[in-house]
Amino acid sequence: MDSSQAVFEGLKKARIDFVVSLPCVNLCMLLEMVECDQEIIHVPVTREEEGFGIAAGAYLGGKKPAILMQNSGLGNSVNVLASLYKLYQLPILMVMSHRGTEGEFMSAQVPMGQATPGVLDALEIAYLNPKTPEEALKIIPEAWILAETAGSPLGILLDITFW
Amino acid sequence: MERIEAIKKIADELTDQLVICNIGYPSRELYHVKDSPTHFYMLGSMGMASSIGLGLAMAQKRKVIVFDGDGSLLMNLGSLVTIYSQNPKNLILVIIDNECYGSTGSQCTYASTVNLKKVAKAVGFNKSYYFNDNIDFKPILESEGPVFVHVKVSPGNADVPVIPLEPEEIKERFKREIERK
Repeated sequence: MDSSQAVFEGLKKARIDFVVSLPCVNLCMLLEMVECDQEIIHVPVTREEEGFGIAAGAYLGGKKPAILMQNSGLGNSVNVLASLYKLYQLPILMVMSHRGTEGEFMSAQVPMGQATPGVLDALEIAYLNPKTPEEALKIIPEAWILAETAGSPLGILLDITFW
Repeated sequence: MERIEAIKKIADELTDQLVICNIGYPSRELYHVKDSPTHFYMLGSMGMASSIGLGLAMAQKRKVIVFDGDGSLLMNLGSLVTIYSQNPKNLILVIIDNECYGSTGSQCTYASTVNLKKVAKAVGFNKSYYFNDNIDFKPILESEGPVFVHVKVSPGNADVPVIPLEPEEIKERFKREIERK
């Protein structure tokens, strides 16, 4: 099964209907699928923090939101995650291309790649790390239920080897 | 005109529109002059008011008014670009501009040298209004969005207490209010 297709179908099964995004080369196909889907409102944003703000408003308005981003954007979003999402107990699925993991060709990606799990831990944001498309398809719908029940963001970290 | 007067004049015109209100004194002042389940008071995430408003406007049909400030808009200037590009018909962005970070001791912002309405016009907003004394909000409520409203006020915060609502309470009653209609 194709990795992008698996994540997309996982999001559809989770009934995600509002997606904000910033690109990563690994999210290229997935972004196209989301853009073409008639049932999903897709909002490309200028910065991840802004995307979290927009998604929070969409959730208040009745939507099920997700963000598609590179893990580098987590660093741009720490305060909005703590003082909007954690404070008001808002759910969102954070689908992150996790750069700087095994197989990374660009050394510049390594520091933030290594810091990513620790930043999520510090924010008390749980994350899942599916290794195969089949696993992603299975856990993404469950991940949304977990996020909604807990009233918290939930991370889906997708390593370089996942793609 | 001080910020609390500007907030009161606009809030007095509102009925069932949804409101996203900026962190700090703006939320405290709005709560003080008029509280409603249609209000979402921000207690953190400075800079995010216009973004939350955009997401809310795109997710449902009711009109959304955002009370933002000059400092917080400058913190998330990219938001203007996204709002203009998404073109939400039901969004009114009100920038209450006191040319300073009012909640932290009135340190100056660059809004004293940069005209924020001109910035919005340069981005593409073709409906923009400017007020520095009397605010006539009725025609703005009737016009199609996105609308940019620039209100110059003098620095200073009203002597009003913190909002006695828990974040969870603010969220739940706001969500219920939206689901009700």
